Amino acid sequence: MATQPALADGRSTTGPDAANWIDVSGLHKYYRPRKSEPTHALSDIDFQVRRGEFISVVGPSGCGKTTLLKILAGLISKSEGEVSIAGHAVDKPLPEVGMVFQAATLLPWRTILENVMVPAEIQKLDKATHRAKAMELIDMVGLTGFEEKYPYELSGGMQQRAGICRALVHDPAVLLMDEPFGALDAMTREYMNVELLRIWQEKAATIVLVTHSIPEAVFLSDRVIVMSPRPGRIDEVIDIDLPRPRELSVMNTDRAGVYVSRIRQHFNAASVID
Amino acid sequence: MTDTSTAPVAGRDRSAPAAPPPVTRKDRGRWDLRERPELWMVPAVFVVVVLVWEFGVKLFDVDAFVLPPPSAIAESLWTQLTDDLFWGHFWVTAQETLAGFAIGVVVALTLGTMISQVPILEKTLMPYIVAFQTVPKVALAPLFVVWFGFGLTSKIVMAAVISFFPILINVIEGLRSADADRVQMLTVFGASRSQIFRMVRLPTALPFIFAGLDIGIVFAILGAVVGEFIGAQEGLGYLLLQTNYNFDIAGMFAVLVVLSLMGMLAHLLIRFAQRKVAFWAEENRVIGA
Repeated sequence: MATQPALADGRSTTGPDAANWIDVSGLHKYYRPRKSEPTHALSDIDFQVRRGEFISVVGPSGCGKTTLLKILAGLISKSEGEVSIAGHAVDKPLPEVGMVFQAATLLPWRTILENVMVPAEIQKLDKATHRAKAMELIDMVGLTGFEEKYPYELSGGMQQRAGICRALVHDPAVLLMDEPFGALDAMTREYMNVELLRIWQEKAATIVLVTHSIPEAVFLSDRVIVMSPRPGRIDEVIDIDLPRPRELSVMNTDRAGVYVSRIRQHFNAASVID
Repeated sequence: MTDTSTAPVAGRDRSAPAAPPPVTRKDRGRWDLRERPELWMVPAVFVVVVLVWEFGVKLFDVDAFVLPPPSAIAESLWTQLTDDLFWGHFWVTAQETLAGFAIGVVVALTLGTMISQVPILEKTLMPYIVAFQTVPKVALAPLFVVWFGFGLTSKIVMAAVISFFPILINVIEGLRSADADRVQMLTVFGASRSQIFRMVRLPTALPFIFAGLDIGIVFAILGAVVGEFIGAQEGLGYLLLQTNYNFDIAGMFAVLVVLSLMGMLAHLLIRFAQRKVAFWAEENRVIGA
């Protein structure tokens, strides 16, 4: 049994042991459009995430990885099965969750600091302590000096870093990331990956990352969940046994190459180019 | 808005390729005539038009009852502006306009917010609003004079009714335009409906609302003047009719000049407020990776 987490709202969680920090079992999702056949978006999804683990979900388009993440975020409802985060059943957005989106989605009428404070403001958390926390996070991602700037004054990579600060400001138990670097150019993306690993280590965060980049998943993760479409299901869960802390050069090793090609085989089998 | 003229601080930006800082007008100097030729071209057009008008009228011997030369209009304008009686008329129209506009704004904001937030209200009221919108509001002026008399009230009502619609439509459209991704972002962090309204829907609507106010204030002046045409003893619309009856065409032009200056001043004030309140709207094309 791990030490109990300090949740944003000070509640103590009862029961969730660190091995089942995120617990998904028997999850199904059907979409029932009015005039066509129901789609089986997710079929019998089962997995657990340890506390402090970095897990990635990859798969070709239409495999339901974004649907899965939205269910974890409490944005859409499940059809069958159980989903819980840190001991709380997920049936609506939980305050214990932080999320980073495909686009940074900053509010243009707020400064960077005010944007980072959004979750604390929504959850009516103490202003002074969270302001200090926000400043700390802004410093951690290297945006010091930009607190009072507006989003349009920042580059795409800087905006996404502010988005990461926002997702962490309320000390979430879990960080969900939905293809957060997809809109960035290759150089910035690699740099952001290294940054993300540093943040993950520093905050001892639990991260679920949805990505369509196989090398990104291998580089970042402890485990990679490979999904396949029609119906969306888990094909394989691969342990990534690469030494930590990792640097980009680890991707040039044979071991990393083996992981990448092993995952890619699943994509080829599904005969879909993502 | 903070100072955009300074380039982004050379902070600890370790991301490889930072986007170039957005170039704003201030960077190159606001009053640089080479960068902004309109600064001299606008006055130049005015001077040319006035000169052609002045000498054209004299050259072709146009009757001053048809088209007085600009010099006569300027003279008449000066006489008016130094006359207390004229300022009395001016204040009457200004009061009618502002009071009518204020009522139009309050009603449009209230009704627009309700309609955009309560679907059943929208479904019930929108057909009536659209139907009423197609009525030429100016045609209602005689009715308002019958109902509210020859005093200020009928003009205020006219100004309110005519400025109300463009504001209402913009409020509804603006409150509907919130970006779905932003709403979703707030939802994930647990925002309530009222928090989403305050943090995203209202700020998104502000540029729309200002566009509505901009049209609305000009319409309010129109409403007040039309109301005065129908039946009044004072106001710039009344003065316009008086000068017309007296064949004082230069005087009519002078009143028209004052009315258009009034409209321009109101427009500039609203634009100024917009830049202060909805400052991001001018720049938000730069947003996004």
